[in-house]
Amino acid sequence: MTLWLLAGLSVGCYFFKVGGVLVADTSRLSLWGEKFLSCLTPAVLSGLIIVQTFDVGRELAIGALTAGVAAGAGASWLKAPLPAVLAIAAATTAVIRLL
Amino acid sequence: MSLLMFTGASQFAAVAIIGAGGNPLSALGTALLLAARNGAYALSMGRIMPSGRAKKLVAAQLVIDESSAMAQAQPTLREAQEAFWTTGLSVFIFWNLGTFIGVLLGEVIGDPMVWGLDAAFPAAFIALLLPHLKERDKRRSALIGAMVALITIPILPAGLPVLLAVSGALVSASAGTQTRGRNR
Repeated sequence: MTLWLLAGLSVGCYFFKVGGVLVADTSRLSLWGEKFLSCLTPAVLSGLIIVQTFDVGRELAIGALTAGVAAGAGASWLKAPLPAVLAIAAATTAVIRLL
Repeated sequence: MSLLMFTGASQFAAVAIIGAGGNPLSALGTALLLAARNGAYALSMGRIMPSGRAKKLVAAQLVIDESSAMAQAQPTLREAQEAFWTTGLSVFIFWNLGTFIGVLLGEVIGDPMVWGLDAAFPAAFIALLLPHLKERDKRRSALIGAMVALITIPILPAGLPVLLAVSGALVSASAGTQTRGRNR
């Protein structure tokens, strides 16, 4: 990992965060805008979940990882505490990979 | 890397591409595409940001999936602010502590895939998503976002499917404003 790459990554990642904060500061939101923003987090989160669960390099795959995430989802649906959810997801995936 | 970037998905993407012998530029591009969603989060967090300029610049760095999701799931402004700072700061501390321990233990543990640790992230995000699904608009938004990501993963480069999931919020907001009054 070269130094300039790390610098570019750091600056770029912070740029988005600060940019968002500053823009939110200067503009007043319409009703639609408010609705849009409150819907934004669930939309991006679910997109991220899909990508992290099924995406293996521009290809969809179902396997140990999918099963582990599903187990974790079930646990969190049943209101298990977060550490338990994470442990169940990781353990399920690990065990299936072992088999 | 954890201290300065502080956005896990981008860190993993960049390391994965470099580790596989990929082009540094494509590592940068992918990581930044993944980081763009933090800008969207920051936009939506405007109302709970502190007022001082210096405080704002610090708060900005803490805008990540976890802190945004926790803040947005709170019913009142005060609770949202509390949730944002508590989540943001504790993730920041433990993320970097974890990175440090990981560096020390890396040799001992070997491949984190063997331990199924890659399943922990999406599972954590699901736990963060669930409280949002109580509201109709957000549920629809999440559903569309997930579908769009699913469809576009095989067609588009990494990072874009997540960004396009934003369309879920676009559709849901437009539909939601028309049927206002029935929601919530």
